[in-house]
Amino acid sequence: MASLPRSDDSRFGLRRQVRLAGPIALSSGASLGPVDIAYETYGAMNADASNVILICHALTGDQYVASDHPVTGKPGWWWRMVGAGKPVDPARHFIICSNVIGSCMGSSGPASVDPATGEPHAMRFPVLTIADMVRAQAALLDHLGVKRLAAVIGGSMGGMQALTWPTLFPDRVENCVVIASTARHSAQNIAFHEVGRQAIMADPNWRGGDYYADGLVPSAGLAVARMAAHITYLSEAGLTEKFGRRLQGRDAKTFGFDADFQVESYLRHQGLSFVDRFDANSYLYITRAMDYYDIAEDHGGSLARAFAATRARFCLVSFDTDWLYPTAESRAIVHALNAGGAQASFVELSSPFGHDAFLLECPELNRVVDGFLRGGRA
Amino acid sequence: MSALRPDLALIARTVRPGARVLDVGCGDGALMAELRDRAQVDARGLEIDASNVAAAVGRGLSVVQGDADTDLTYYPDASFDYAILSQTLQTTRRPDLVVEELLRIAAQAFVSFPNFAHWRGRLSLMWGGRMPVTRLLPDSWYDTLNIHHVTVDDFRALVKERGWHIDGQWFLKGDRETTHANANLFAEHAVFLLRR
Repeated sequence: MASLPRSDDSRFGLRRQVRLAGPIALSSGASLGPVDIAYETYGAMNADASNVILICHALTGDQYVASDHPVTGKPGWWWRMVGAGKPVDPARHFIICSNVIGSCMGSSGPASVDPATGEPHAMRFPVLTIADMVRAQAALLDHLGVKRLAAVIGGSMGGMQALTWPTLFPDRVENCVVIASTARHSAQNIAFHEVGRQAIMADPNWRGGDYYADGLVPSAGLAVARMAAHITYLSEAGLTEKFGRRLQGRDAKTFGFDADFQVESYLRHQGLSFVDRFDANSYLYITRAMDYYDIAEDHGGSLARAFAATRARFCLVSFDTDWLYPTAESRAIVHALNAGGAQASFVELSSPFGHDAFLLECPELNRVVDGFLRGGRA
Repeated sequence: MSALRPDLALIARTVRPGARVLDVGCGDGALMAELRDRAQVDARGLEIDASNVAAAVGRGLSVVQGDADTDLTYYPDASFDYAILSQTLQTTRRPDLVVEELLRIAAQAFVSFPNFAHWRGRLSLMWGGRMPVTRLLPDSWYDTLNIHHVTVDDFRALVKERGWHIDGQWFLKGDRETTHANANLFAEHAVFLLRR
């Protein structure tokens, strides 16, 4: 049994960071250690440690799932799902959210300093996979004294981690919630990521990734990468509803290349604000990890075999306007789970917001997740 | 029993405690919840309507959104003790293939459907010359989900033709069970328990 966290236990609370000795054996064959993990915890572990929920974040997300972001000042990225009176509630759950390795919010990544050289790793950081991110989370749980997760929950890339959890650690997960996600990255997914990476690497400031010394970062390339990706997070109908062909702060077209349209202005803003909070090399590493993601491939081509060893319950949710990870991807997972006799639930919810729907107001999503967790007594 | 629909209550009474059950067209999961709570049944559901699925998952049930016509193929052979298809048969594109699938997936299958040869319907057609609109069949011909109208005798003929076996049959008139005699004329609703 895990020791109960006391309120003065420095392992628990907001804005935590730990250096784990490791090394973590990576999918590539390389190893990583020591490993820094930045994380937050909310609520308290109960006496039999049966209320622990791990939240996994998406590509550009972070550990600030339900607390204000230190850079942007915005509320936690999933405050609609995690918080008082929400499906994941610190009053009932002990909630952990950690920054994935490869990222740039305090966990080891290309921007962090290699203790061996005293310099940032940059592109000398090992290439990671989604499974490696999960292995790092498991190491964090060991540090926190958590043996089993009542639930692991994630959307998008967070869903990939959540789905990977029971394949790597079948006995450590009781309930698995995978939202707007997939069991493998499609050719189209990889293609969009490659556009983003090429934009970064084509920026003259990128310089093979060694841009940390003088602060001249490849912000133009990273902004373009973010703009291209952002389009994939929205739906055509959503963009039309939000912007249509409306002009930005002007009455007529300028017959130039300024941001005439509101949608252009919006995307430029998304790109520019992103570079203030994200490292371009991390963007390369994390998108690569997502591209390498294919759970079936890791299990002899059989998705069903990947889940053969787990007793976990699964809940999958897709959104009808999500064309990045469309419903068919979730269905494929459900069919594999059915084939293996796993307890699986799946629903396609309706939302105008495309892939981003999982982060936005969706009472049905909360109802499904809440009911699923309570049904599993998580 | 709670306020289960009569055909569902009948099925709930008949399912063995602790059995593995697939409820095809499970709606909001009322029957599954009853089976789970009263008989420790390991119940799984398939349901086409998203808000029904959300309601069922909200009850803590394992329900997958899908279509009986296309998604049963993903369930392995003999993986359940019972499959249940209640008031869904007549809405499928190929009812015969759906029942074949149920009997592949499960050792036994409950199939319940409204009897289109009930005398009220016959009178409606015979004297009114109009497609029947009754308590059990409340929709007009143009907006009904029922695309394969079936009678008790039609179903028995199909069972015979396919060589399935009838392990049980129940007939309902209103909320009450009625006699087997002349069920094709007097039953509003039929429940069959089949095996291959």
